[in-house]
Amino acid sequence: MSSETKQILTTDGIPLEVSLKKAEKKNKIKAFLLVAPLLFFLIITYVFPIGDMLFRSIDDKMVTQMLPKTFKAMETWDGQELPEEEVFAAFHEDFIKLVEDKREGKLSTQLNYTKNGFKSIIKKLRRASKKFEEGNYKEQIMSVHKRWADVEYWRAIQRRAPEFTGQKYLKGMDMYVNEEGKIVSVEEDRRIHRVLWLRTLEIAFFVTVFCFLMAYPIAHLLATLPMKYSNLLMICVLLPFWTSLLVRTASWMILLQQQGIVNDFFVGIGLVADDNRPEMMYNKTGSYVAMTQILLPFMVLPLYSVMKTISPSLMRAGKSLGGTPFVAFWKVYFPLTIPGIGAGCLLVFILAIGYYITPALVGGASGTLISNQIAFHMKSTLDWSFASAMGLMLLSGVLVIYWLYNKIVGIDNIKLG
Amino acid sequence: MASKKDFVKFDKVDKSYDGKVLVVKDLQLDIAEGEFITMLGPSGSGKTTCLMMLAGFETPTNGEIYLDGKAISSIPPHKRGIGMVFQNYALFPHMTVYENLAFPLRVRKIPKGEADKKIDKALSMVSLQGFAARMPGQLSGGQQQRVAVARSLVFDPQLVLMDEPLGALDKNLRESMQYEIKHIHESIGVTVVYVTHDQSEALTMSNRIAVFNDGKVQQLSSPDELYEKPVNSFVAEFIGENNTFGGEVSDISGGKCKVKLANAEILANPISVKGKGERTTVSLRPERALINPSTKMDNLHKGKIEEVIYHGDHTRVRINLLGNPEFILKVPNSSSNLDIKLGNEINIGWNSDDARALDPK
Repeated sequence: MSSETKQILTTDGIPLEVSLKKAEKKNKIKAFLLVAPLLFFLIITYVFPIGDMLFRSIDDKMVTQMLPKTFKAMETWDGQELPEEEVFAAFHEDFIKLVEDKREGKLSTQLNYTKNGFKSIIKKLRRASKKFEEGNYKEQIMSVHKRWADVEYWRAIQRRAPEFTGQKYLKGMDMYVNEEGKIVSVEEDRRIHRVLWLRTLEIAFFVTVFCFLMAYPIAHLLATLPMKYSNLLMICVLLPFWTSLLVRTASWMILLQQQGIVNDFFVGIGLVADDNRPEMMYNKTGSYVAMTQILLPFMVLPLYSVMKTISPSLMRAGKSLGGTPFVAFWKVYFPLTIPGIGAGCLLVFILAIGYYITPALVGGASGTLISNQIAFHMKSTLDWSFASAMGLMLLSGVLVIYWLYNKIVGIDNIKLG
Repeated sequence: MASKKDFVKFDKVDKSYDGKVLVVKDLQLDIAEGEFITMLGPSGSGKTTCLMMLAGFETPTNGEIYLDGKAISSIPPHKRGIGMVFQNYALFPHMTVYENLAFPLRVRKIPKGEADKKIDKALSMVSLQGFAARMPGQLSGGQQQRVAVARSLVFDPQLVLMDEPLGALDKNLRESMQYEIKHIHESIGVTVVYVTHDQSEALTMSNRIAVFNDGKVQQLSSPDELYEKPVNSFVAEFIGENNTFGGEVSDISGGKCKVKLANAEILANPISVKGKGERTTVSLRPERALINPSTKMDNLHKGKIEEVIYHGDHTRVRINLLGNPEFILKVPNSSSNLDIKLGNEINIGWNSDDARALDPK
């Protein structure tokens, strides 16, 4: 068609395009109104909390607000030598105010995160500050403890001046900014988070593999059995779905503990000695077993829905054309199930990577995941900003996997049902 | 080609799925090399089961199938070397046309150069050159059908099975594909076993037709013989159009029999009646009965026109004749001015030779 096609007019003389847009606008508004409640709900329950989480994870206003005058005075300090009297004076003023509000404890906790050794010298400063005389605060503060005369500690205070910080993210990767302002790893024996991240990936990966290996034959059976058997099998697959997650995990505890049913059975058939019962729980094994069982339906269902659509005549065609049953399976059947495999693996992996209750109950120390660490900081240390930072790191990890999947397999190739 | 009479041989084959009902009963069937044989029958008659046994996807419950003299019941499908076209084509949707055709060659480890030649040849046979890079989903139904045919032939099998391959096509395409498959068969001389429930398809394409019903071959003969000389009333009913009279044999002599109807008597050709007093169904093709015949015919009766339907090249006339209100006549639309008007009484005649007295239904 030529680009100079004449503009088509309706019988009323309005250009057809305008008329069409007008007609479609109404439909668009209607469609939007239909989804508006859900959109609103999602914004409130999803977008805001995630935004808040992101904000929390980089928010570092607490110290900034506790020492406003100090940081103002520090603006001109180059950080080479000890700061001038005016910085000390400003610090003193801020500090007295904090003591009056009884918030100096919080300051010491916060500053201690940045550099060890603040706790005791702040306590000493509080006691000494009651007898401080007006003027020459530099001398007076420095005489409280020798660390107050150490420029390193003042630099540590200065590092807390910005309102926003990425240090929680660094901490999530067992790294921190050292005195020279370089990003370095913490000592080897204190790198707990990296171990957890790696273990989370490892457990999620193997759970996905186990789920795939078990679900593929089940799904194939489901898709090829006659209706009356496949319905029964489907119920067996879905039954655990209808049971509470806690109940399922608890029943694994009953099965797997050292005096549990599985161990009793092994002892009964003489596979293991009574005094040498293997530990199948409170370690990785527990996490693997329970998570695989619990996540299995998420693999079976997408696989089943894809396999259901593959005509049995395709396998027959493969065989009649001379392919051995294996060739027919590998060249014909398997490639057609890839969308289901992709969907199932992505689903299971993403669910596994953020799994919480099951590893918390049966994982023990060596079977816990990063989500348990996040929960620990939410509930016990109350370091919400750190928990948020790790939560977001987990989220971005999932997004990266999603992106990788899209690059390699293509998200259009996914089929959830 | 030194063609064998029994290239494929079903020898006393029984098949049962549940151990209670036989879907194929004592099947005895020889197929000659290079023959185009069609298994025709209503659904559930056992024809597809026979095909599946031949392809190796079902095993006979009893009896043996021979291919080129070898018993094949214990040979798995992929070693039989039989090409097959499936009902819904069964093209591999994730492979291009080229890859689909290359599949049987690749599993046979045929070198690429030779394989490409064979694929080109097969594609040109179904006039689909230039479609090699397409995915099956980008082809129309008829094109997919041709690819399926090409794929079943590309590895030069001696025997090709086709399971209702044209069932999903519309009428015009189906007809042109019938001729195309027939021509391919004629040009390469492959043996074809074709399954269909469409009798016109069977009549158009086959050398011989095996009419299946109730797990048995009712009649195995050439299309013209099947149509003109059905051996029982099922075949007569199933193939083409058919006028029937139910009655009792009152006399049988000199290659003719008299059949007594409710209120008349007609002369018929005794095919499966042996003696007096037997019940019979007399079958007569619509085009064998004439209106006001000019030549002498030994059956001549009066009937009343109940319905006239215009069909373009011919007119169908429904007549109430000898107590049968469904008697159909086909009148060519020539210029001859016949008195075909609703309600008219007309004379209808036919030769007793064409009225076949068969088994009662």
